[in-house]
Amino acid sequence: MSAEFSREIVRASKRIKYPDGAWYQSLSVADVLGLSKAHEVPGREVEIAALEAGVVPERYARNMKTFSLQQQTTLLESCVSVVGLGGLGGTVIEVLARMGIGTLNLIDGDTFEESNLNRQFLSAEETLHEAKVEAAARRIQTVNSSVVVYTHRKYLSEKNTAALVSQSNVIVDCLGSLQDRFVLEKAARKAGCPLVSAAVAGVSGHVTTVFPEDSGLELIYGKPDILPSAGAEAALGCLPQVTTLLAALECSEVSKILLNQEPLLRNHIIAVDLLDNSFEVLQLSRPA
Amino acid sequence: MDTHIQVKLFASLKKYLPDHSERFPISPGDTVADVLKRLGVPLEEARLIFVNGVKGELTSVLEGGERVGIFPPVGGG
Repeated sequence: MSAEFSREIVRASKRIKYPDGAWYQSLSVADVLGLSKAHEVPGREVEIAALEAGVVPERYARNMKTFSLQQQTTLLESCVSVVGLGGLGGTVIEVLARMGIGTLNLIDGDTFEESNLNRQFLSAEETLHEAKVEAAARRIQTVNSSVVVYTHRKYLSEKNTAALVSQSNVIVDCLGSLQDRFVLEKAARKAGCPLVSAAVAGVSGHVTTVFPEDSGLELIYGKPDILPSAGAEAALGCLPQVTTLLAALECSEVSKILLNQEPLLRNHIIAVDLLDNSFEVLQLSRPA
Repeated sequence: MDTHIQVKLFASLKKYLPDHSERFPISPGDTVADVLKRLGVPLEEARLIFVNGVKGELTSVLEGGERVGIFPPVGGG
């Protein structure tokens, strides 16, 4: 970005205080939108230029006591693919958009039906039968129009998946079936990209992170060729409280991967069971 | 001499949980599969086994005092 663009951003910013009394330069949502339109660039580029000039986009002000300016910039420069836009994916896109992930690549071939309403935040009475990717893109535009969104109304196949996720920094598995998870894991390996995966049944479930060199989902499910046609969710359904909780845990992993933070859930799962309020980090493989 | 383990069954396996899951009696040398058979858990549903927080196998041998956790395949979202 040019020095003149940076000066324009600084001129538009205001000096205000955080709740703890510390001063900072703040750029309003309206000014981000105005500069984005005037310069014909996505909002995320205005926000990156602002952060580089030491100016905090006000929408991220409550991130900034945890993230540094550089870390928030890294998130805005990142692309995350969210695969599956049901119970997990609907919450994941909400959290990632608000956190300030700059590009979200959304993949789901499905439309909303009534049985989604118990847990899928993107589903609503007025969005029944609408494509999930459309509802997701609209929601992201509503909460953070700075985010660049790509949508693919497609189901995963061995043929199409690698191309759909190839530009990602992290891929989030929010799928609702067992077999597709292995298709996605294979594509993530091919892309050399970390995968964060969650799965739910009833009020329990687990989250893990798989890097391309890790053994991955096979440690959880066994070989893909012995997978049953459906998991325990067929008998138990999926409850919204645990689905939302696991989606939030996936977003925590995404943020930590993008910011090079540890520990991650690599070769581990966090197993959650709300029936007895148990949360346990379990080791999938012994350290080499 | 009999001893005990702690058994935790997740998701659809919960229905096989014994009354005294915190102190389930075993004989030292029993395997995870032996325990699951006594609980009536179909072995093919015990997809992910943990012994003391670390992934185990159906053939993992128990001495007593362990915490054993079992997940069926879970894939919902």
